[in-house]
Amino acid sequence: MFLYQLHKIGLCFSMVVIFGALSISSACAEEIAKINEGNTSWVLTSSALVLAMIVPGLALFYGGMVRSKNVLSTMMHSFISICIVSVVWVFWGYSLAFGPDVSGIIGGLDMMGLAGVGPEPSEGSTIPHMAFMVFQLMFAAITVALISGAIAERIKFSAFVLFATLWVTLIYAPLAHWVWGGGWLAGLGELDFAGGTVVHISSGVAALTCALVLGKRSGYGTDNMSPHNLPFTIIGAGLLWVGWFGFNAGSALAADGIASSAFVATQVAAAAGALAWLGVEWGYRGTPTMLGAASGAVAGLVAITPAAGFVGPVSAILIGFGGGAICYLGVFLKNKMGYDDALDVLGIHGIGGTWGALATGLFASVGGGTGLFFGNPGQVLIQAIGVGATWIFAGLGTFVILKIVDALVGLRVSKEEEVLGLDLTQHSERAYG
Amino acid sequence: MKLIQAIIKPFKLDEVKEALIELGIQGMTVTEVKGFGRQKGHKETYRGTEYQIEFVPKIKLEIAVVDSRVNEALEAITRAAKTGSIGDGKIFVTELQSIIRIRTGETGEGAV
Repeated sequence: MFLYQLHKIGLCFSMVVIFGALSISSACAEEIAKINEGNTSWVLTSSALVLAMIVPGLALFYGGMVRSKNVLSTMMHSFISICIVSVVWVFWGYSLAFGPDVSGIIGGLDMMGLAGVGPEPSEGSTIPHMAFMVFQLMFAAITVALISGAIAERIKFSAFVLFATLWVTLIYAPLAHWVWGGGWLAGLGELDFAGGTVVHISSGVAALTCALVLGKRSGYGTDNMSPHNLPFTIIGAGLLWVGWFGFNAGSALAADGIASSAFVATQVAAAAGALAWLGVEWGYRGTPTMLGAASGAVAGLVAITPAAGFVGPVSAILIGFGGGAICYLGVFLKNKMGYDDALDVLGIHGIGGTWGALATGLFASVGGGTGLFFGNPGQVLIQAIGVGATWIFAGLGTFVILKIVDALVGLRVSKEEEVLGLDLTQHSERAYG
Repeated sequence: MKLIQAIIKPFKLDEVKEALIELGIQGMTVTEVKGFGRQKGHKETYRGTEYQIEFVPKIKLEIAVVDSRVNEALEAITRAAKTGSIGDGKIFVTELQSIIRIRTGETGEGAV
C-alpha cells in the first residue's frame, strides 16, 4: 500500500512536471486525502471477517448444538440469511437504513438499487461509500442469522425464507436507521458502537417472540436434545471470536486509535465472559463445561459490542464479566420459564445485548462517549430508552411478521416431519452416513 | 466349547486384549454397545439443562474357547477389566454347540 501511495504521488509529480499545471496536482492531492487507503482496507477486511462469523462461524456454532438430523437445516439458516440479505440490501435494504432520513424513523428510497452509492466516499467519510455499504450488509445478514437459533429443528424452510426477507426489511432496516442512519435514537445521543441494540437486542427479542409463537419442539423436556457435535460448536465460537474483531474494531470505520481500543476491549471482554460463565457454572453445577466457556465468550462479546469503542480495557473486562454471568442466568431463566428458545438466542444475545447497552451508559469514557461512572448520569437514561424502544419494536414487529408468514405458508413442519428431522424432510439430505 | 461374552468398560479393552493374547487366545470379536446395570447411567449438562443418560457406552467382547481353557480366560478377563468401582461390567458364559471355520470347513474344537 505504501508503494502504491508512492506510485500515486510519483504519478502526480510527473504530471506536474509534464504539464506544469498546478491544478492537476492539487486535484490528485485532494483525491489522496479523501479516500484513506488504510481505513478502506481495514473496513473491507472487517466486512469479510463479519461474513466469516456467519458462514462458517454461526453455522458451525448453531449446527453443532442441534441433533444430527437437523444439522444441515440449521446451517442452511445461516447460509440462506447471508444470501437473502445480500440481495435485499442492494435492492432496498440499504436505502431504508441509510437513505435520506424521513422523520427520524426510516431512510428514504433514493438509494434503491444502490443508486448514488459508488466508489467515492460519502460526505465526511474517508472510505468508499461501497465499502461502508457492504460492511453494513454483513451486519444485517448476521442479525437475521442469529434469530434462526430460536426456531431451529422445527421451522419450515419456506417460512424461514419469507421471514428473513420481511424481517430484514421491516425490523432491521428501521432499527439500523434509528441508531446509525441519522434516526431518532442517534438524535437522542444513544451510544451503540457496533450494534448492541440494533443487532443483539433485536435478534434476541425476535428470537423470544419466535420461540413463543412457534411453540416448543416436540419432545421438549422429555427427549434428549443434547448437542450432537460440540467440537463444531467450539470451532464456531472460535470463528465468532475472530470475526468479532471485524465487527467491533471495524465499526470504527477507520484503522485508528479507536479501532485499536475497540479491538482490545473485544479481546478482554470475551475472555472475561468465558471466565465468568465458567465460574458461575463451576460453583452452581459443580463442573466447568467447554460449552459453557464458549457460550460465556460469546456472551462477553455480545456485551462489549455497544461499548467497544467507548471504554477502556478495565471497563471492558467488567462488562464482559457481567455479560458471562448475566447470560448464564438468562439461559437458566429459560429453563425455569419453559419457552423453547432452542439455542438460547434471547439468553445470550437479548440479555447480553441489554446488559451491554446499559453498561455502555455506565462505563463510557473514551471515543466521544461519557457514562454515569465518568460524570454523565443522563447517558444511562438515553441507553434505557434505546433498549426499551428496541425491545418493543422488535418484539411487536416480529410477532406481526410471524402471523403474516403463518397465514401465507405456515410456520412449522408437521410432527412427523419434525421427528424424521428437517434435513431429510426440508432438504432431502442427510449429514452423516 | 464355550462362548464367553464380556461387557467391559471401553478403556479396559486394551488390557483385556493383552491378557487374553498372553494366554494364547487367537481371536476375538469386539462390539461397541450401550447398556446399564447397577451403574444406572450418568448425567450430562448442556447450558444448565440436565439429561439423564441411561445407556452407558460399553464394549462387548466375544471369544470362543475350548472347555479346558474357560477358567483361565475368565480369570484373565476379570483381572484385566476390574477397577473395583461400579460399572465394571459382566461376563456371560454359554455352551457353544458348534463352530465352522469358513475358509477350510473345519468344525469343532479345531475351528476355535
